[in-house]
Amino acid sequence: MKPSLRLLAAAALAAAPFLASLPARAETPPDTLVQAWAIDDIISLDPAEIFEFTASEIAGNAYEQLIGYDVKDVANVFGVIAESWTVSDDGKTISFKVREGTTFASGNPITAADAVFSLQRAVILDKSPAFILTQFGLTKDNVAEKVVQTGDYSFDFIMDNAYAPSFVLYCMTATVASVVDKALVMSHEADGDLGYGWLKTNYAGSGAFTIRDWRANEVVVMERNANFAGPKPAMARAIYRHIPEPATERLLLEKGDIDVARKLGPDELKALASNPDIAIMSGVKGSIYYLGLNQKNEILARPQVRQALKYLVDYDAIAETILDGTVIAHQAFLPRGFLGALEDKPFSLNVEKAKALLAEAGLADGFTVTMDTRNTADITGIAQAIQQTFAQAGITLEIIPGDGKQTLTKYRARSHDIYIGRWGPDYQDPHTNADTFARNPDNSDDARAKPLAWRNAWDIPEMTRVADGAVLERDAAKRAETYLALQREHQQTSPFVIMFQEIENVAMRRNVQNFVIGPSFNDNKFGGVTK
Amino acid sequence: MAQADEIAGGRASALLSLGARAGRLIVTVAVTFLGLLLVTFLIGRVVPVDPVLAVVGDRASADVYDRVFREMGLDRPLHEQFWVYLKKAVTGDFGMSVLTANSVLDDIRRVFPATLELATVGVIIGALFGVPMGVFAAVRAGTLTDQVVRIVGLVGYSAPIFWLGLMALLVFYARLDWTAGPGRLDIAYEYMVTPQTGLLLIDSAWQGQWGVFRNAFSHIILPGALLGYYSMAYISRMTRSFMLNELAQEYVITARVKGVPEWRIIWRHALGNAAVPLTTVIALSYAGLLEGSVLTETVFAWPGLGQYITNSLQNADMNAVLGGTLVIGVVFVALNLLSDALYTLLDPRVRRRA
Repeated sequence: MKPSLRLLAAAALAAAPFLASLPARAETPPDTLVQAWAIDDIISLDPAEIFEFTASEIAGNAYEQLIGYDVKDVANVFGVIAESWTVSDDGKTISFKVREGTTFASGNPITAADAVFSLQRAVILDKSPAFILTQFGLTKDNVAEKVVQTGDYSFDFIMDNAYAPSFVLYCMTATVASVVDKALVMSHEADGDLGYGWLKTNYAGSGAFTIRDWRANEVVVMERNANFAGPKPAMARAIYRHIPEPATERLLLEKGDIDVARKLGPDELKALASNPDIAIMSGVKGSIYYLGLNQKNEILARPQVRQALKYLVDYDAIAETILDGTVIAHQAFLPRGFLGALEDKPFSLNVEKAKALLAEAGLADGFTVTMDTRNTADITGIAQAIQQTFAQAGITLEIIPGDGKQTLTKYRARSHDIYIGRWGPDYQDPHTNADTFARNPDNSDDARAKPLAWRNAWDIPEMTRVADGAVLERDAAKRAETYLALQREHQQTSPFVIMFQEIENVAMRRNVQNFVIGPSFNDNKFGGVTK
Repeated sequence: MAQADEIAGGRASALLSLGARAGRLIVTVAVTFLGLLLVTFLIGRVVPVDPVLAVVGDRASADVYDRVFREMGLDRPLHEQFWVYLKKAVTGDFGMSVLTANSVLDDIRRVFPATLELATVGVIIGALFGVPMGVFAAVRAGTLTDQVVRIVGLVGYSAPIFWLGLMALLVFYARLDWTAGPGRLDIAYEYMVTPQTGLLLIDSAWQGQWGVFRNAFSHIILPGALLGYYSMAYISRMTRSFMLNELAQEYVITARVKGVPEWRIIWRHALGNAAVPLTTVIALSYAGLLEGSVLTETVFAWPGLGQYITNSLQNADMNAVLGGTLVIGVVFVALNLLSDALYTLLDPRVRRRA
């Protein structure tokens, strides 16, 4: 054999195992729902700590809260773990009755002791979302007297003020108010940590699915909870795979190796729209895209400049081209679907008007300003479009790209000019966004509370007073009226250019039915999914 | 008697020099690691990212923020923070990762085997194809074969691996259906193998789970081949240049005059000599792949070290970054030692000097 032939034969021999590696084709198993998403935001599975999108959704399917709401009509609030509740005459105490005869996945019965333990635990652990409960006057030291068990299946929730009942109840629908299995959690307590070290990576709930396994940046595996009080899920397993690259997700979905793709960009969505095997489902989410204009910048602090910049964003063009199908134009701080949300859109691209306003502010020749921009495709796309429209009025916008945590660090230190941000509500009540966009109790550099208004150094004592009053208004209609008025003023005067509200698009194989997209991530449900 | 003394003395001094060499090695390694940790630690503190944000997120109250700031030891001076870290690290405690809620050691035990497996497949493919290609190119220097090898190598070296990965998926997975898609295993095969080494191919073969083995193989082959192609480009270029050097030596001419068959001159004599520097080249390629190729891991959803370190760095999760960096340091030192050891096997002159 000639040497070169011999080599060829050797190479063929070496390649043989590769050629023989034809994969055993495995579609997703019929009783398993496989979703692809970027799950690297999960840092904990403990409901007292969960605050990120993915983990919230997982908790929404694995834990039950005291209260729930209809995702199609959020005004319709109903009991989940709680069977009923009454508000005391002075409005400061809510007495809950816990539904009898239900159990956790572990088989332990769900009682008032579990509900009390869960609320007290969240306050004592004092993790990021704890403020949702502590804003009612609860502290580590007083929580034992504020959340009190009054019977096997009843307990009182005592607040420092007569808050609007709708406000309190919406907060009870948040992940932080999930009811955890006291006996199970406490059996894993170490050094008085209330089981925190264990629950971070484990499960003690009563939802439709249990959490069997979480491997960071890889997979979350959930299994049907045989003890679930509601309708039993058709799927035996629900799996999240960490697929950070949208193009890869698209390939997997088209091949049928996943059932649902969660992190697709406008390009992938457009390409998939014509695929007969794929259905795309959309739902309006609460997240808002906005520009924050730092009032420490003397130019941005001029009212006419703030107003002018609102006329220098081509809202429709960005929504229709760059963010095609992933946002709708929205210009008020309360997202659509919230009580009292304002849907007026008074601003559109109007260069002449903006120029006149700038001239009025003494800046007829324009000015130069920087914008800290997270280097994701959506945010960068918006920034570049804004750069062009600003330029039409003579404003030179310098984009400073940075990683998410990096730009955020700068924003929190108030050392930006303009920050392009995305803000999602923490719970379903309007106060969640009013609290951050329209309240700033202390504008000093060493303030304790640092809402978005503070980050942009916007000093608003009067507006803060109105927002504070709104949480005490017990008449829902009047309360909604207050928020509408607040947003109208905010829209015109604030240093926030509110631009869009997010739409979540979920692409799935056509055989996947009954996937529910709710207004928040913890409302996305797959308990009823069949395929 | 005198002779026996001499021999004993010789042994003793050999032993002594061996001890001295081992001592030097240990000191070098220790200093290397210390420097590595120090630099990484400082970089982590210089990066304009607030590490507390990774733990508490953007919404936490000031009290929660302050408490976590103190819990993370960030209120202490830098040198103290480093000293505390070092003391713990020496006892094998690399701390907890704030992003994964696991100890860094557990995380690395999980992500490193994924990278190790992929890099090993990659370097095997790279060497298996790269060396013969380099030899061919050298033997036929200046001909069409040489040009083809050069172009193939150049494409591998210069095309963005991210794009190549997507194209490879599109062709071999989506269109031709030759390989499995991204990830290490199909969902149906999850949990069928008990992790022992963490290397799926080894674990599944060891446990006789051939279905899992086939599936794992069909998943790893595409990213493995891609990394293989990438390292092949480098290995083939280096092989070519080493071989050209050897083929110009006098011993080759002598062998030809003596009538030794040409294939024997090329594959035994010349390649045998080129093998010594080539070992270093292959070891370095392997080390490069073991760092974890972030982009390949992202496209192929491969839960490896590269993604782990990058994600940790972006969130200023410094325990995880330091742990990951240390692993890479160990890999480099180990591969250096290994290629040194291989030198002694391959080159009698080194053996004699030792």
